[in-house]
Amino acid sequence: MRHLLSAADLDRDEVTAILDQAEEMSQVQSRPVKKLPALRGRTVVNLFFEDSTRTRSSFELAGKWLSADVINVSAKGSSVSKGESLRDTVQTIAAMGVDALVIRHHASGAPLQTTQWIDAHVVNAGDGTHEHPTQSLLDAFTMRRHFRSLGDDSFVGKRVLIVGDITHSRVARSNVLLLQTLGAEVTLVAPPTLLPSGVGSWPVSVNTDFDAALPTADVVMMLRVQKERMSGGYFPTPREYTVGYGLTRDRLATMPEHAVICHPGPMNRGLEISADAADGAASRILDQVAAGVAVRMSVLYQLLGGDEDK
Amino acid sequence: MSNQTSNERNGVDHTLITGVRLADGTRADLYLAGGLLADPAGATDDAVRVDGDGLLALPGLVDLHTHLRQPGREDAETVATGTEAAARGGYTAVFAMANTNPVTDTAEAAEHLVDIAAREAHAQVQPIGAVSKGLHGEELAELGLMARSRAAVKVFSDDGKCVDDARLMRRALEYVRAFDGVVAQHAQDPRLAGPDACCHEGEVSGRLGLPGWPSVAESSVVARDVQLARHTRSRLHVCHVSSAETVEVLRWAKGLGVQVTAEVTPHHLLLTTDELTGYDPTYKVNPPLRPAEDVHAVREALADGTIDIVATDHAPHARHDKEHAFGEAAFGMLGLETALAVVIETMVNNELIDWSRLVSAMSTLPARIGGLTRQGGGLTVGAPANVVLVDPTRRRTVARDDSRSLSRNNPYHGRDLPDPVVSTWWQGRRTYSA
Repeated sequence: MRHLLSAADLDRDEVTAILDQAEEMSQVQSRPVKKLPALRGRTVVNLFFEDSTRTRSSFELAGKWLSADVINVSAKGSSVSKGESLRDTVQTIAAMGVDALVIRHHASGAPLQTTQWIDAHVVNAGDGTHEHPTQSLLDAFTMRRHFRSLGDDSFVGKRVLIVGDITHSRVARSNVLLLQTLGAEVTLVAPPTLLPSGVGSWPVSVNTDFDAALPTADVVMMLRVQKERMSGGYFPTPREYTVGYGLTRDRLATMPEHAVICHPGPMNRGLEISADAADGAASRILDQVAAGVAVRMSVLYQLLGGDEDK
Repeated sequence: MSNQTSNERNGVDHTLITGVRLADGTRADLYLAGGLLADPAGATDDAVRVDGDGLLALPGLVDLHTHLRQPGREDAETVATGTEAAARGGYTAVFAMANTNPVTDTAEAAEHLVDIAAREAHAQVQPIGAVSKGLHGEELAELGLMARSRAAVKVFSDDGKCVDDARLMRRALEYVRAFDGVVAQHAQDPRLAGPDACCHEGEVSGRLGLPGWPSVAESSVVARDVQLARHTRSRLHVCHVSSAETVEVLRWAKGLGVQVTAEVTPHHLLLTTDELTGYDPTYKVNPPLRPAEDVHAVREALADGTIDIVATDHAPHARHDKEHAFGEAAFGMLGLETALAVVIETMVNNELIDWSRLVSAMSTLPARIGGLTRQGGGLTVGAPANVVLVDPTRRRTVARDDSRSLSRNNPYHGRDLPDPVVSTWWQGRRTYSA
């Protein structure tokens, strides 16, 4: 694996290998000394053009627990306004001698563009409204553990609802691609204004009625409603959104007993998700966060671990 | 190259081109003398002789939509380099869009451009005036003073921005009627095409997570504008038609006898949203590349005359303005050097149009719409000697560095296309030779 730019880069065996490795890595998390020597001498730069405490910390810990040298570079704000091109920014960082660049960018496609200008491995840590492949891997890790606890860790035929602002969600795009690879059945649930154009050609079913879709779910993934959507005319009011698409206490009661709840965070409690859902027995939201470090360790190891042999 | 060209401009004044084919299929000799076409029988012995056997002679091409970037962004293009690129593409006249810095919104600014062109240009440069002061879309620019100036501005456009305000658009259309002006509209509803919109809204944008704008943001403005043109009995020109929906509106309006003309760019005749999957900002352009159905519709419309002309929207950008993330990079692509190649490839080689229609779409009609009397005429004795010699069968792989433009945002890089232009003469002087 040279880069991880899209969930579509991975076939089922590669996903399985990353998740299996992440299971091993997750053992480290529970040890008193959380350090493996695997990437000693390697340098990882988290280049974040957009704030993200959670994803950045997760990558930072992942790198450090593998003994890589990790630094964080914040390049917030548009490079256009600073007068520096994206190419100049990434080439400057790469010129310092970097083995892997973990890029978060507010514009779709930026990590892919970067690969044409530098030699380092590139990991997409979320690009605009495009993709967030490591999020989809940690979601798959979390789901697989849940399925395993029920006695069958296959994704085939499992029904995953992804609920909320699909149009602007990189989490949704990566999950659709990865879950398709793993054989799950994905249903997108959203008001028509928040369904992406061309969704009819995606490998999913679409339902604008959350109540109709919920009783058959194995996993319910709630997406965050961004503040700017609330004033963007995509739906009339937050209250109306919650009534139609929030995982409210009432709605929670209609969810199958074996189903679990995911959310990529940060949550808008009371808007897309109720406290009962977020904190209840079915919630896997904190497990997702823990899985994030293990999965990112696995990804960094896959990218950098074999370099010496070449 | 520019030295050689200027030497030729100063030196050669008599040229006899023998045995060329004209657009109507007839064979002829052309004698270029004193800046005009003269009777070949009177050719002097010292005339430069060019063997035109197997080649096609067309009137010099006229581009109604060029961005020369001077004044303001001389690092991206200048009058000199932009018109060198024009000459290489077979053009003998270009209309220079007003969105320079400062904006061409006064008589002085328009005359300044004409003066630069008189010193440096390799083709006729006709300024386009802004519709509104500073392109802000609020108050009319001094349209009449620009029209009366030495620049004799006839075409007015806020191109790059849409004249969104219906009242301002109405007033502009009414006002320019006094001097037979025409308003060239960049049709893009700014509310339907938000500030982040960077491509066509459709299956590809949804998949790539790029904010797009739908075709209806273009066609709805055109629908309003043709009704305003009908109401004011004025001339409207629609820039860079990109969608099937807009073609439908134009067809309807022309059926009603509205004085509306329209252009299509070479890139909208060839390229589709499929180019976007690598997020290469070279393919970021406004209006955006559309799906194949739209490409098909604009080709048909150019063939049947619903779309009158081809205009390049040649939009040079410095390399660093294109090396941003797709959503943040500049809009626009080069067009002058490759326009004829693309039209031959998409329209002539597909037998959608013949050479006569190509001449009307790329020379005669753009000159007529823009009111240039010494361009776009036939190759007849007494006419200005604006000639492009074309080899319709020659091909090449386009290379972005092989260019007279200062910029390199060439969307055809690496593509096999015709390489038609052999030589260009503007007012009898050779401005390009392959």
